[in-house]
Amino acid sequence: MKIIVGVKRVLDYNVKARVKADKSGIELANVKMSMNPFDEIAVEEALRIKEAGHAEEVIAVSIGPTQSQETIRTALAMGADRGILIECDETLQPLAIAKLFKYIAEKEEPGLIVLGKQAIDDDANQTGQMLSALTGMSQATFASKVEFEGDHLKVTREIDAGLESIQVSLPSIITADLRLNEPRYAKLPNIMKAKKKPLEVIPVADTGVDVSSGLSVVEVNEPPKREAGIIVNSVAELVEKLRNEAKVI
Amino acid sequence: MTYTAPVKDIAFLLRHVIGLSDIAELDGFEEATPDLVDAVLEESARFTGDVLAPLNRIGDLQGSQWKEGEVSTPDGWKEAYAQFVENGWGSLAFPTRFGGQGLPMTVAAAVQEMWHSANMSFGLCPLLTQGAVDAIEHHASDELQQRFLPKMVEGTWSGTMNLTEPQAGSDLAAVRSTAVPEGDHYLISGQKIYITYGEHDLTENIIHLVLARLPDAPPGVKGISLFIVPKFLVNDDGSLGERNDVQCVSLEHKLGIHASPTCVMSYGDNGGARGYLVGKEHHGLVYMFTMMNQARHAVGVEGYGIAERAYQQALSYARDRKQGKTLLGKGEEDQAIINHPDVRRILMTMKSNIAAMRGLGLECASAFDRARRHADKDVSERMQRRGELLTPLVKGWSTEVGVELCSLGMQVHGGMGYIEETGAAQHFRDSRIAPIYEGTTAIQANDLIGRKTARDGGQGMGELISDMRATLSGLAEHDQADMQAIAGRFEAAISAAETANEWLLAQSDASLAAATSVEFLMMHGYLAGGWMLIRTAEAALVQSQSPDADTAWLESQITLARYYAERMLPLVESASTIITGSAATTVSLSPDLL
Repeated sequence: MKIIVGVKRVLDYNVKARVKADKSGIELANVKMSMNPFDEIAVEEALRIKEAGHAEEVIAVSIGPTQSQETIRTALAMGADRGILIECDETLQPLAIAKLFKYIAEKEEPGLIVLGKQAIDDDANQTGQMLSALTGMSQATFASKVEFEGDHLKVTREIDAGLESIQVSLPSIITADLRLNEPRYAKLPNIMKAKKKPLEVIPVADTGVDVSSGLSVVEVNEPPKREAGIIVNSVAELVEKLRNEAKVI
Repeated sequence: MTYTAPVKDIAFLLRHVIGLSDIAELDGFEEATPDLVDAVLEESARFTGDVLAPLNRIGDLQGSQWKEGEVSTPDGWKEAYAQFVENGWGSLAFPTRFGGQGLPMTVAAAVQEMWHSANMSFGLCPLLTQGAVDAIEHHASDELQQRFLPKMVEGTWSGTMNLTEPQAGSDLAAVRSTAVPEGDHYLISGQKIYITYGEHDLTENIIHLVLARLPDAPPGVKGISLFIVPKFLVNDDGSLGERNDVQCVSLEHKLGIHASPTCVMSYGDNGGARGYLVGKEHHGLVYMFTMMNQARHAVGVEGYGIAERAYQQALSYARDRKQGKTLLGKGEEDQAIINHPDVRRILMTMKSNIAAMRGLGLECASAFDRARRHADKDVSERMQRRGELLTPLVKGWSTEVGVELCSLGMQVHGGMGYIEETGAAQHFRDSRIAPIYEGTTAIQANDLIGRKTARDGGQGMGELISDMRATLSGLAEHDQADMQAIAGRFEAAISAAETANEWLLAQSDASLAAATSVEFLMMHGYLAGGWMLIRTAEAALVQSQSPDADTAWLESQITLARYYAERMLPLVESASTIITGSAATTVSLSPDLL
């Protein structure tokens, strides 16, 4: 069985995001970029499944600019076997990403696709679900535990009410939640080997997939600055302020 | 207090100043391309920041503990060391035929800085192993190499250096430990002190390299031989055999590096520890120098590594702490102490000196890489002279300045810096050993004026100065105010150093040369460090022309170089005045009157 794992290049989680002067988006020039942390968890899970003998190959897939190759190399250094980059300079919406993953899935016929539940840049949390709808593969989102039971998977999901256990049949799509595992550090010899592992680059135009979007970004703004809190003297004053100043009741 | 490795600074230096791509073209270093090295630096930054740095404080508080000959390291250290080995960090620069990754010393030095910043006491264990591996690899027989190196390269066995005895510190001629031949091995007896990681619980076996005398040995340094003495004997199939007759009898109580066990070792209490001769009899000191040169460079890296940690802590405190109305703050919200001009002075001094020391440390490592692998014999020999000349500067100057910077880091914290909970004091305490071990600053200065300058009639020194002058003439091409200001200071400093060089080479009285040798070392350290910063500034200026350049960051490199040129390079001129004008007075007073 092959496993496909999605890796997205995003603004590093330690970097404070700044809005571009023209408000067209976030400033990404000359800032540290790295793999989406949920995708690291996805890579780790795929590797563990392979190491447990349930899969033969882990393929790291990224969709983005040339520099996304670095993100794929990171996955290869962790232990993935090969990489595919669908090269695309525009920012794509989750639907387009899901369609491109479907294109890859038809080519590679994986038994499992592991994605991060969301990317920390746009927090969309849609690609896995859309991909499931497009491909007809089963989905197990927000996974915090994945177990093989014969030809099925038992997946523990993190939901608002607590933990939910579901059984899904293969092929399936899993989206990784924070507690699924703790990603490994890449070993030095593997970092060196990663350079020699195959990495295929496919221009997005060659996929024939329609990646146009009906959405356009109007403006990006900083969140409003938080004002300092005040201490109220009585419940009556609190109610008064909530009603007249905050206008929330 | 956390640590974030300065990957951007290091990567820029390697790529645009040190010439990493040229090193990657040397025979055997093909793997070390800039993009691979970036990936290595990134992962090393993660590992050192997440795993090693959090153990630094625990290490200081708990220290390593001795109990009936056994030494236990602080909580969490064993697990961290196991992870360090599993991830292959110890094997980075070791030869591939013994399982190493065969990367250049330049890359190793860049990575090792992170170990020492994150956790200096931890970094010492692999540092010593590295020295021992080098000595065995260069001088021991094939059979001994096969028996010991694979596990040492892997990191599952560590190495130590056993030189010092109570009566034989800086003067190794006084070594008394003995080695008596017995069959295919020797029986070693004697006491060794200050043995870093002489005993610990991080590895399965510990391989001691021990200096001792054979029964028929001539007196003095020409009668010292080098032996491999394993803690556990190694069977022919590579498995561990019986315990050798070597014990750790106690640990020293030290000012700093509490987690690094400094052992008193006793050999041969029960008849003699089994040892294997490295190379030829009576050649031990020469072999030990292979290990020491490597270790001296590594301790220099420690010097600026620990200063970087102190800098990060001071910077973060200066950004948070509010005290008094600042002269540089722009409003109510902008009154952290970083906006006091004197705090800026301290932070600029720390940042620029660290960059200068890092530049010199990597330049020295790259000289050794080129010396070992360059196809052109002239270049190779020239680079060997360069590396050897820079080694005492990297060791002596970087560790002395490292202590000063850690002290300044404390100063930023005010009273809180003197309180242990803040953590700034630990860096200061830890840093203080670096100018002492692996040869004190005076030993480095002796090496610099004697072996490295006087012995070759100033050839290596002349080559260095002429390379600096070449950089200086290059500066004239930049029609840029900072570069012109820098050039003026650089010219004055080079001329001052030349005056001191001439004075030294003309000196017939060795005691006069020795009396100002430490100034001579510091002078050349400041000058060579300045040279590295100026080259960095020049590279930054060139890079700032490219379309998507990070202009603010690149300009900051130029400002740092200018600050250093204005505030540190004048020290070269004052040192030159001291060197040429104070030697006689220094040694003139009778010891009775001191």
